[in-house]
Amino acid sequence: MLINWYRFSSPVSFYPLASIGAQVFGIFAALLAGAGLFVALYVAPTDATQGDAYRIIYVHVPAAWMAMFIYLVMAGWSAAALGFNARLSAMMAQALAPTGAIMAALALWTGAFWGRPTWGTYWAWDARMTSTLILLFLYLGVLALRNAIEDPRRADRACALLTLVGAVNVPIIYFSVQWWNTLHQGSSISFTVAPKMAATMVAGILIMTAAAWCYTIAVALARVQAIIVERERGATWLESLIDLRQRGIGRSPA
Amino acid sequence: MNDTDTPALRSAPIDARVDEDETDDAMSSVLGAFAWGLARDVRIAMRSKADLGVQLLFYVLVVSLFPLSTSPSRDVLAMLGPGVLWTAALLASLLSLPRLFAGDFVDGTLEQIALSPRPLPALVLGKTAAHWLTTGLPVAVMAPLLGAQYALDGRSLSMLAIALLLGTPILSLLGAIGAALTLGARGGGGLLALLVLPLYAPVLIFGAGAVDAVGAGMSASANVALLGAGLIIAVVALPFAAASAVRIALD
Repeated sequence: MLINWYRFSSPVSFYPLASIGAQVFGIFAALLAGAGLFVALYVAPTDATQGDAYRIIYVHVPAAWMAMFIYLVMAGWSAAALGFNARLSAMMAQALAPTGAIMAALALWTGAFWGRPTWGTYWAWDARMTSTLILLFLYLGVLALRNAIEDPRRADRACALLTLVGAVNVPIIYFSVQWWNTLHQGSSISFTVAPKMAATMVAGILIMTAAAWCYTIAVALARVQAIIVERERGATWLESLIDLRQRGIGRSPA
Repeated sequence: MNDTDTPALRSAPIDARVDEDETDDAMSSVLGAFAWGLARDVRIAMRSKADLGVQLLFYVLVVSLFPLSTSPSRDVLAMLGPGVLWTAALLASLLSLPRLFAGDFVDGTLEQIALSPRPLPALVLGKTAAHWLTTGLPVAVMAPLLGAQYALDGRSLSMLAIALLLGTPILSLLGAIGAALTLGARGGGGLLALLVLPLYAPVLIFGAGAVDAVGAGMSASANVALLGAGLIIAVVALPFAAASAVRIALD
């Protein structure tokens, strides 16, 4: 079956698809999170050294992974937005940014709560923590720039360029921070030497990561719908869609 | 791109379209654009020397506040010195960034520059070089003097100057992108800081690390090499990003 994917680069044809996608991935996210939490909290054994405190890993690791991954996806959409001058790509990048910032903040927050009982401190200037903090600043910079520019099309392009400059910088920042940390002091607790984990623990992390992934897609699609409605307000296709809804035809958005 | 009604001429003439016979020759066109941007912005900066003095005074002031807030002990100062001198250099660079494009943006000169047949990245690189000559270079020259107040030894002081000479151009080039992106945006200085300072982090790490390494009796060659490599990449790649940021701002 041949699908003309370019058809969906128009907000008009993408809107219904986003509506369905948001609902489907939302359901997936809920199911996976339920299963993941069951594995994480009941099935997985208590850690020998860290006790039950380690269980925050099931939120912490997926959040940290998603924070980095979402930035990458955002950079991809930004490149498409600049390269093809595509409106919808910029909207996708815009829709992903808040979730990325939330994930980075969540990773730092849960990390602090995990660090307290195991390391004895909420915060250490560990290389990974510092680069996640800078990643959070990059997200906040993109959000602030979006907020500061009136014209949405100009904001699209400005944010896309900033995201791409940031994306090139992320590995440099990561390695420079690692270098800085190793120069100053040996890391007291190393993440790189992975402790042997029980298979159920790994399974829990992977299921929770899949849940976080589905959640991100669902939220981004729901948000992109809101962005489309906001920007296309007054467009006839949107008004006729609303008209259909009011008469009970068509499905309500997620 | 909007057409302005009349080209708003500032005191320095916009003669980017002279030497039209040269535009065939790509190299001379690039060099000409660079030289023009550099000469014009240096000339404008030299006409407001007080601004430049305030810039440098800001650096001196920030650096002088740290002993007041921590301790006058030589050991503490020698330990803090490289970091303080570098962080203050970042802030001084940040403070001066709006000058890079804002004036030209307000009076329409930037639009004329972008419309000229000369390559915009070279023009932007010239303007950025002028920005560095008038803000980064004075800081790098001043820093060893202030470093002496922080009880840094001679080798640390010369390394501080070298590291700042290599690092501050990168700050100007990265900052040019942020300065162009925030043209006409709300939020002003705080927004610019949020955009630019995270990108400055690697320069800070390698720059302050170089001075720290010399102070600890180690070789700083790795830090200096990384700063140099960063400078080369920045000079080659960032003017293109800054030029597209200028075009976005003028859209």
